Order: sequence, then C-alpha cells, then structure tokens
Amino acid sequence: MTDRRSGHSTRFVPQVLWPRRRTRATLIQILALVGLLLAAGWLAVNLAQNLRLLGMEPGYGFLTDPAGYDIGQTLIPYEATSPHWRAGLVGLLNTLLVSICGIVLATLIGFTAGILRLSPNWLVNRLMSAYIEFTRNVPVLLHILLWHGLLIHALPHPRRAAEPLDGVFLTNRGIYLPEPVPEAGFGLVLGGLAAGLIAAVIYRRWARSRLFRTGRALPMVWPGIALALILPLAAFLAAGRPVSWQLPELGGFNFQGGLALRPEFVALWLGLSLYTAAFIAENVRAGIQSIDRGQLDAARALGLRGAAIMRLVILPQAMRVILPPLISQYLNLIKNSSLAIAIGYMDLVATIGGITLNQTGRALECMSIVLGVYLLISLTVSAVMNRYDRRTALVEH
Amino acid sequence: MRPLPPMDTMPRRALHWSRYNLFSSPANTLLTITGVLVLYWTVPGLMHWLWWDAVFDAAHRNECRAAGSGACWAVVRVRLDQLLYGFYPVDQRWRVNLAFVLLLAALVPVLRRHVPGRRYWIAGSVLYPLAAYWLLWGGMGLAPVDSSRFGGFMLTVLIGVTGIVSSLPLGILLALGRRSQYPVLRLACIAFIEFVRGVPLITLLFVGSTLLNYFFPPGTAFDLLFRVFIIVALFAAAYLAEVIRGGLAAIPRGQYEAAAASGLGYAQTMGLIVLPQALRISIPGIVNIFIGLYKDTTLVLIIGLLDPLGISQSILADSKWQGLSTELYIFIALGFFVTCFAMSKYSQHLERRLSPAGSGADPG
Repeated sequence: MTDRRSGHSTRFVPQVLWPRRRTRATLIQILALVGLLLAAGWLAVNLAQNLRLLGMEPGYGFLTDPAGYDIGQTLIPYEATSPHWRAGLVGLLNTLLVSICGIVLATLIGFTAGILRLSPNWLVNRLMSAYIEFTRNVPVLLHILLWHGLLIHALPHPRRAAEPLDGVFLTNRGIYLPEPVPEAGFGLVLGGLAAGLIAAVIYRRWARSRLFRTGRALPMVWPGIALALILPLAAFLAAGRPVSWQLPELGGFNFQGGLALRPEFVALWLGLSLYTAAFIAENVRAGIQSIDRGQLDAARALGLRGAAIMRLVILPQAMRVILPPLISQYLNLIKNSSLAIAIGYMDLVATIGGITLNQTGRALECMSIVLGVYLLISLTVSAVMNRYDRRTALVEH
Repeated sequence: MRPLPPMDTMPRRALHWSRYNLFSSPANTLLTITGVLVLYWTVPGLMHWLWWDAVFDAAHRNECRAAGSGACWAVVRVRLDQLLYGFYPVDQRWRVNLAFVLLLAALVPVLRRHVPGRRYWIAGSVLYPLAAYWLLWGGMGLAPVDSSRFGGFMLTVLIGVTGIVSSLPLGILLALGRRSQYPVLRLACIAFIEFVRGVPLITLLFVGSTLLNYFFPPGTAFDLLFRVFIIVALFAAAYLAEVIRGGLAAIPRGQYEAAAASGLGYAQTMGLIVLPQALRISIPGIVNIFIGLYKDTTLVLIIGLLDPLGISQSILADSKWQGLSTELYIFIALGFFVTCFAMSKYSQHLERRLSPAGSGADPG
C-alpha cells in the first residue's frame, strides 16, 4: 500500500532498479539481517579480545564462592560465608518485598487520591491536586533520599526513642514493632479465618442471587467483613489467645527483638509508594472522567447513593480505562525499586550488581543476571496483568 | 455552582459558595473538617521550619542550630555555585551562562509559532548543539574543560536536553521499524524496545559505566558523560517508540491509501502525511516521556556523576554541613518542580492548541 508503482513517474526513483516488490522486500531484509549479524559479530569479537587481554574466563562458577559480605535485611537465612548466589537470592527477595509492599500502598493511596481529586469538596480536591502535582514533578530518587534523610536525621537515637504507642519505637536506626509469636493452638485461629472467609464468600453469593431473584438488596460488604472477622476472633478467644507479643527491648546501642523495619526499607517503601500513587491517582481520575455522565444520572435515578455509585457503577467501568496504565505504573515501581542502591537497601542490584560485581570483577556475568531477572519479572507481570485485562475487557455484541 | 442572587454582599457570597462547595452533605462536611485538621496540623509546623524559624545566613551547621530551630538555608546559600555549576572552573562559568541563555533563545522558535523570521531562527537552533558543545567543552580558542568537572543543575539540563533532542528521532525510527512490513526489521525493533522497557534505567547505566568498554576495540576510551548520553537517549527512545506507535496506530488506513494513490513513496507518505498527524496525537505522551527523562537524569548520581544530588552527597559528607539533607533535597526538589511543572503545563497548552477544535484560534 505504501510502495510506488514504478513506471508511472517520469522522475528517476531508486525503486525502479528493483523490478519486483517481493524481490525487493527479501533483499532489504537480507541486507538488514547481514548488517545486524555483522554488528553482533563485531561486538562479540571485541568482547572476546577484551576478556583475553584482561585474562578473564567468562563463566558463572564464581556464584558458588563465599560472598563475604553482610546484608542487613534478610528474609531467608544468610551469613557472610554464604555463596554469592544466595546473596543474590536475598537481594531478589528484598526487591520483591519492597515492590509488593509498595504496590499495595501505592494502589491504596492512588485510588483514594484519584477519587478525592474529583470530589465536589473544594478544599479536598485542591489538597489532592497539590499532592499530585508536587509529587510527580519531583524525581523519585529525590523522594527516596528525602525520606531516608528524614528518618535518619529527624528521628531520635534509640536511647531517646519516641514511643507513640505501647511497644512501638521510632528511632533513627529503624522502626521497631512488637512481633506476634504464634503459640500452640494458633492453627485454630487460622482455621477460623479460613472458615470466616469462606462464609463471607457464600453469604455474598447468596445475597447476590437473592438480589437477582427478588430484586431486594441486602447489605453485602459489612456482613461479609463481619463474618470474616468474627470467626477467627472467636477461635482466638476460644483457644485462649494463642499469641504472645515479643516486645523490642533496648540493649546496648540498639533495640533487640521485635519486628524491625530498617530506615532504608521504610524510606524506599514510602518514597516509591507516594511517588507512584500520584501517577495512579491521575490514571484513576482520567478513568473516572471517561465514564459518561449519563451513567451517574442513571445510577442516581435508580436511587443509589455516593459511595455505592462509585463502587457499583463508575469504578467497574472505569477499571477498563485505568488498568493498562496501572500495569505500567506497577512495572515502573518494580523497576524503580532498583534505586535502593542509593540508600543502601540491599536489593538485587545492590547485591549481585553492586558488591558481588565489585568483589569479583565479573561485570559481564553479574549484569547479565540482573538484566535477565528484571526482564523476567517485567514480562511475567505484564503477561499476568494483560490476561486479567482481557478478562475484564468490554465484550460488544 | 448555582447562579448567585444579584444583590449579594461579599460575606453572603462566601457563605453561599461554601455551602455548595464545602458543606453540601454530611460526608462533604466531614471531608472539609478532615482537610482543615490536616492543614492545621501540618502548615504551622511547616511554616516555622521553612521560614519563621529558619536561618538564612551562617558559616556552618552549628552556627545555624544556635541561631534558630528551623531549616538551615545557609547551606544552600554558601554552596549555591556548586549546586548550579558543579566543579566547573569559576573563571569560565560565563560560558555555562552563555550556553544557557543561547539554549533559551534556541528554544523560542521551537516552542512558539509566531515569531519574526522563524525560519532563520530555527536554522540557528539546529546549529545550537555545536555551539553549546564548543562553549562547554572548550577548545578552539577557549580553555578546555574536562567533563568530569561538570555538575549541578548544569549537568541535569545538559543530559536532559541532549537526551530529549537525540531520543526523538531514534524513537520515531524505532516506532516505524516496529510497524515495518519487513519481519527482520520489525523483530529487531520489538526485541530492542521490549528489552529496554523491561529493565531499570539504573542497570543500563551500570552497563554503560562498567560494561560498554568491553564491546569496543581494546584501547577505545569513551568519556563517561558520552556513555550516559547514549544510554539515556536509547532508554527514552524505546519508551517514545511505544507512544509514537500508539499515534501511528490511530491514523486511519485511508490516509495511507490516499498517499499511495497520489503516487507518494514510503518516505514521503510517512514524512508528509502520516508522521505529522501521528506525532500531533502523541504529544502529551511524548512530553510525559521527556519529563520522565529529565527527572531520571538524577540517576547518574549512582554511577558517580555530580548532578545536584551528587553534589549534595558531597556537601553532606563535609562535617560543616552534616545532616542538612532535608534542606538540600527540598531546594533541589523545587528546581525540578519548576521545570517539570512548566513542561507539563506547556504540553497541556499544546494539546489544546493542536486539538481540532482549538487549532488556529490560539496563537503562540
């Protein structure tokens, strides 16, 4: 459709040299392929030559050598004598931890801010718009460093720790919370929770089918939440409160025990979440504004009220518009979590791509691992989310 | 808002306005009260720290702490030159200033439509990069300055502008390649775009700083700043390609067919018919990518370049100014906010100007 019919022009054009379109297409592609292969070959030859000059044998054998460095926050057992691959695994888990926590918090803040941004309340929508504009026009690295600086410099030394709630300590070495320790009989509570969730789902189904059969709406949200909470609570009391709280205690120069949130983690988590939330809020706003006003009027005519209109009519339709940019915001958050290295949070980049790379000098191998893992995460997330996106897509008949 | 009764006085107007905008329902009233409480808890403390109790003039941190309990802006004041120019030689800084003024001049005909002699002016803008290179790096009559001395906001603007200027043509080529009828080209472009979009910029910068030299003949030494330019441009180009692809997809098939019927070849069809329309549709997305690129220039801190954040790290390492990170970061944040906010406002303006309804109605 875009090529020129040769012969109809009196002006000379190079295309007339290739008489047939098919031949020309093949020729161009072969040339492109040869060019690509030549470039790749040139790079490979250079690489081999450079490695030979450095006296390095490419290979991943170094991964089983002891890493020799400590990591502050580890989700799996790790010591300085553990091998490099285990350090990388610890880093990967830290990346995933901060990404998942960040995605949850960013979604909560983002949807709240996006909906409030459209509130008829002048004060609230101005406040939200100020938050959104100030946050998204400042680099995310600056957010992270700012939070880190605040946590390190503004919070007190452990000896003068602030204690806003019993057992919660805010210090410049981290935030310490009481850690729940399950005791005998805790299985009963978990069983209660499972039973409660199942009961809530069954109730919801029943209420829905009743609504469709009789047209009478029963409250769905609150009874469901109550069911999901009451059963485990009852089990908890029946089993004699099988949880003890391990309180953080001041020992030496720092707190021991309890659940410790290190300042690096908190800074990264807050920075990433608040930054990404501002973008999510804009996506949510655009999604809601894409819904025809008639939907709102129709919902009002049916007698629905504010929150119910949002939950039952507007958001389900807006989700179709919101979801694709939301996916890319999630991916951005995961990729931005690599900025951890700037504040010393030991994620994948800081372990394998940072200390391991510097200690072993294996830049090629380390960077290939890091790039490969991120690529894998990105492709997996977008594949899963696109599946969900297709499922909720509008089916027009 | 409802129309107001005509004979209203100011207080009644205000009352009327607030009834509809702040207290229209119980939920709304609750929101208003929450908002007021949030402001009440944050604003006075913030104002004390930012302004009322802040110290603007001091020789070091302890003098600040003795003089007031608020922010110590003295650190910004004393180190302002470094935050702006990095370690560029003091007696040569006029060159940076001149390059910046020329940059603004070069931008005028690009950003505004109605300027006298726009055609010649644009020709000057095209030559600007050469002039800027000569001014900043020196040579040919000017004292040469090594790029390792570049720093501060000057470096941010330099990387940002270079990235923006070089990534747009690359992005257009990638987008066209991705929609090419030739599978080899198409697959190569898809592979490149998806790879770059799948990994964080910081890992690519690491590749640039630690690995890129392995792929060139032994002995080739690349300036680190140039490696950063290349990586940033390639990174932004992959994202731009996706935005432009969206614009290309929105062009109706009839446009291609009409172009073919008029006897236009591929280059003419794309250059004269399709791209002008596709780029116009994609302007908001393109500007968003540019803003992102500009903010992402801060990442060069991690590979050791001295952008404003890098400079602030070195200031914080000085015992005279230790612990004043918040002051420095807020100052830098303000610098970024002004630029990025202006860019996004300009893109909104452009969107209105170029939309079919507003075209021609709003000059400049």
